Order: sequence, then C-alpha cells, then structure tokens
Amino acid sequence: MGRRQLVIWFPRLSSDISLRRRPCAGPFALTLRAGSADHLHCLTAETEARGLHRGMALADARAICPDLSTRPADLAQDAAGLESLRRWAGRYAPQVAVDGADGLVADITGAAHLFGGEAELREDLQARLDRAGITAQSAIACTRGGAHALSRHGGGIVPEGLLADRLGPLPVTALRLDHDTAETLARMGLHRIADLIPLPRAPLVRRFGPGPLQRLDQMLGTLPEPVGAPPEPPHFGVRLTLPDPIGLSADVMAALDRLLARLCDRLAQARCGARRLRLELRRVDRATTALEIGLARAMRDPDRIAPLFRKQVETVDAGFGIDGMRLEATLIEPLLPEQIGARASRPQDDLADLLSRLGNRLGFDHVLRLLPAESRIPERSFLTAAAAWSTPAPHPPLRRPPRPATLFPPEPLSQTSGHPPARFRWRRMSLTTLRATGPERIAPEWWFDDPAWRSGLRDYWRIDTREGPRLWLFHTPQAARWPSEGWFAQGEFA
Amino acid sequence: MKIQPDRRSADTPRDPFALASTRVHEAAGPGRRAFALFQAARHPGPLVWVLPAHQHQRPLPAGLPQGVADRLLLIEARSETDLLWSVEECLRAGPLGLVLAEPEKPLSLTAGRRLQLAAEAGRTPGLMLIREGQGSTAAETRWACDPISAPWDSTGHQWRLIKNKKGTTGLWTVHWDGTSTTCHMVSEAVQ
Repeated sequence: MGRRQLVIWFPRLSSDISLRRRPCAGPFALTLRAGSADHLHCLTAETEARGLHRGMALADARAICPDLSTRPADLAQDAAGLESLRRWAGRYAPQVAVDGADGLVADITGAAHLFGGEAELREDLQARLDRAGITAQSAIACTRGGAHALSRHGGGIVPEGLLADRLGPLPVTALRLDHDTAETLARMGLHRIADLIPLPRAPLVRRFGPGPLQRLDQMLGTLPEPVGAPPEPPHFGVRLTLPDPIGLSADVMAALDRLLARLCDRLAQARCGARRLRLELRRVDRATTALEIGLARAMRDPDRIAPLFRKQVETVDAGFGIDGMRLEATLIEPLLPEQIGARASRPQDDLADLLSRLGNRLGFDHVLRLLPAESRIPERSFLTAAAAWSTPAPHPPLRRPPRPATLFPPEPLSQTSGHPPARFRWRRMSLTTLRATGPERIAPEWWFDDPAWRSGLRDYWRIDTREGPRLWLFHTPQAARWPSEGWFAQGEFA
Repeated sequence: MKIQPDRRSADTPRDPFALASTRVHEAAGPGRRAFALFQAARHPGPLVWVLPAHQHQRPLPAGLPQGVADRLLLIEARSETDLLWSVEECLRAGPLGLVLAEPEKPLSLTAGRRLQLAAEAGRTPGLMLIREGQGSTAAETRWACDPISAPWDSTGHQWRLIKNKKGTTGLWTVHWDGTSTTCHMVSEAVQ
C-alpha cells in the first residue's frame, strides 16, 4: 500500500484568524501596504460575493463597497496562527508540516482507520475547523502534489491508482508552477494536466526547464516528495496535576521540587539553562496565580532555583487549595555540561546566586554594574547596567586631571565671593577656600541635547576648603551674568 | 605546653587599618567615603556598595582607586529594610571581598547583631558608612574619618579608631592620594 497524504488549505487564513480574535460584522478585509498603496490581502466570503477580490487596491474596493471595514494584515500573526494549526493537526498524523504560507500537509498513512476511514477523517477535520470559524479545504491522495492540487480545486479523496484520471482535468496551475510558466503553457494550448502527461518529455524540459515535469512527476508519484516535518522544538514546560488540593507553602515547594527536577532534566538534555522561570498555580476555583523569577546566570540546578521561589510562594493566596501547577522556562540560554565533582562551589556561581536573590527581591534593574563609556562629560563617562545582564568591562586607567570619587547632581552654591570663590555656602556649611586648582574646561556635546548642559561651557575647579571637604566645583561662564553667579558643586574628592 | 606566638608576626608591626575579615565595621564623619574607598582598594574580590535608591551622591568610576570600578556592584535599596536585607545577603553569600553600605537610620540591636552573624557565616567584612552618632553597639570597630586640609597638599586624612572590641583605639594622620592601596602615615598617636 502506498502512502496517503492529507493536504489542508486555508483560503482565508489571515481574515479568519483576525476575525477569531476580534469579530466584525459586515464586509471585512485585511489590507497590506505594497509600495505606496494599500491592497486587499485577505477577505471574507461575504465580501468576495460583493465583487471584491484579492490584490485589489483599497481605494477601488471602497468605491465598490463603501461599508467595508478593514484592518492591516499581520503576517507574523498569520504565521503563528498557521503554526498553532499545525500543532493541532498533529491529532490526525504524527508528521505534519507547513505547506506554503496557507496550508498544511500531513502523512496519514496508516492513521486514517483510527477515525473510521479517510472520508470520516476528512469530515471530522472539516467539522472541527468549521466550528473554529476557519475556512478550509482538504484533500487526500497518494502524493503530496496530488493532494495539494486537489485541495486548491474543490478538495476530495483520490483513491489509489486513479490519480491521473481524477487530476487530469485540473488546470496546469494546480501543479505549483510559477505564473510565467503556467501562462506560457496555456499559450501553447496546454491548459490541463492531462494535456501534459502524454507529451514527449525531452522537448518539454528543453523548453521549460525541469520544473513542470518535476512537479508532474511529484504529483503522479514517480518522484517521491516526503512531508519533511521539522523536528519539534524542545518545549521547556512541565505540569503537575494533584489529586487533592494543597494549601501549605511547604507542600507547594515540595511539588515545585518535583517539577524542577523534570524541567532541569529536560534542560540538561537540550544543553540549555533557564534565565527566567514562570510558575503557574491553578486553584480549585480555576483562578491562576503566576509567579516569575529571574536568574542572574543560565542555570539548571534545582537546588539553587527552588529557594528563589520561596518568598513569592509564601505570599500566594491558595483559596480553597491548589490542584495544578505548571512550570515553564520562559527564557533559556545555551549552557554546556559542566564537570561535576566533590569540588566546592565556584565563586562566580556564588556571585550569580547572590545576584539572582538580590534581583528577585529588589528588581534586576536595581542591582547595577558600572561600565565605561566614551564621553568627557562626567555624568556620561560611565553607564550603569543591570549586573545580571552585563559582563564586567575594564575601565580605562585613571587620567589627569583627577576626577572626584563621588558625583552628585549640580548643587548651586550661595554667597559666593571671588573667582574662584574664596568663600561660599554649600549644604548649609560655610566653607573657605584654601587652594583652588583649575580651571578645566569641558564643553557640552553638541550632538546630544542634554538639558543639564544647556547652560553651555563649564569650567571645573578643584577646591580644597579649610574646613575639610574637597569639592569639585564648576562655573558656567556662558550663562552667568556676573562672575560670582553660576557656581555649582558636582562632586567630592576622596 | 604553652603555645609560643610566632616570632615574625609578633615582631612585624600590625597594619592598623586591616579590618577583621569576619566582622562588620563602621565609619563615620565627612571622610567616611574616602576611608571606604581606601578599604575597597585593599580588599580583593567583588565589591558591593548598597545605597538608598534616592541618594544621588554616587561613586564616579573615573575617580575611584584603580581597579575598584571594575569590581564594584551598586545596589539600590528602596527602603531601609531592603538595604539591611541586601547587606545581610551579601555578607552571608561569601564570594564578595567587602560590603559597603550607607544606612540612613541607626541600626537596631537586632539588626546589628544579625549583620555580625551574617559576616561570620560568609567570612566577608562589612563596612557601614553611618551618620554622626548613629553607631551600633555590635560594630567591631568604628572609625571617625575627617579630611585634613593643609596649604601644601590635599591628601591628608585623619582616621581615628574610636571603638575597637578587640584592641586599643588610636589616631592616625595619613596622606592618601585616593588612587593607591597604600597610604603614607604621618604620625601615630595612641590615645
């Protein structure tokens, strides 16, 4: 017995998916911008009955059908929708692959009897898709090419051996040929597939290249064309359903340990580590609480991940009890296997654990690392980055003139006298200058509009005061109306 | 048999600024950040500086002693509880060289003791940069730090050890240029 292939075609995939998300009454179409004009990308059957068709300019469509409601097409959403349909179609066959942008192909060899036969399988499929509101046409044939051709032309089932007879009357466009080839064939009077079959092969190949004959052979089964379903990407989610609801945090943690052991096994097989984990707790009353933790380093060690959940688990309202849990690694990174042994834990592991703990309580954007930056403006001479998401970078060696050890937003000085000020008040302290070093002139970066630097140039002075503090002052000569005005403190030396 | 002290260690003068590695210390006064940076430069390993999120006076990498900025982690704590919790976690974790923190309120007796226990567990020294008069009784040592101004140079510091649980107090006037791991000691006066 030969193979049996099922091809499902979704003629209105985009609009069906869009309408499933947000229903819309009346004529409806999706538009896609090509060049400078919008064209109809996908439209409902009702809209097509009003005389509109695919590829029509939106302006023309509106003229024909003024009450047309449109939405922009979302190709990524369509692809995601087709992928979900592919996963759903796995109920009919072990191997399902995407066929073009709007179709699926499944190898149902030896699987049709599970549904009572091929006709029943097709009915079941159509009924389920109808209920979901997705227009579909399906065909079953011995070859993928044959099923594809038939699905685009009415659908149905071709029994074994009758492929040439049943598909012969179909137009040559059913052979998955490009538009130019099909048009040339039609111009030569070859309109149907049956016209191509008896022709001598060599002149055809010389005229059209191997394309049409290869498609024909694939359709007739003389050239094999497997489904070629891609391997399923690993899915890092595990679930646990409990026979009795639980409500103690110790019980939840015990269940979490089981889930983590399974998830970490799966991660280890895929040589991955988790960076973010999400735990969903389903209560008896169907309410779901989701807990999320982040990790400072890719990790798959259950003993080190579990304690990070503890604080959040303790705050969960269990209601009448939790009867289902689901743990998923929402963000993964490659993590190669490591040597294990009796060796003590490594310092970088301990540091990563510490960062995870701190980040999960304080927020990962509050655990910072200082990175060097290319700027002479003191505030922008460094970057602060989340420590969990950055690697340390060496800072350039210290340069002259020295910079203060601490920096703060400019604080205006009052009661200044002299230039540089011999006496001033800062933070409610009266200070007297002992020695002033400077000025060092820093010009604003004109390519970067910083509100703090709108006052123009700054002349920086290092002022050692008699009272102790060693300050980094600056004067804005362009903004000051007289010399004693426009003095600010911005840093303090060690 | 009585165990004899090691001759060499008894003869060589002890470094007066070495912080006991499993304890939490305190530094107060206007020069406390300079003292903290001096200690940070002397402690190898990652450094953590815990400060309140609303504090604007932050370390500037270009002005820190060589190598400190590469190892430094800044932690912003939104509340005093978070700050103390972070310090405790950091002390307990173990891989850090020194933990610096700037609490805003005086430590309670419990908090001070807990930090000491955490430092012992993680074998990590801590240095709390406290405000004047907010010292905790659990602190191992407390340093009063003041910059000293002199007309001829600007590196003078006066570091007074005003509390020491395991030793004597003291007063040192040093010259530290803010970049190196060593300082030039001017005088040593034991009170």
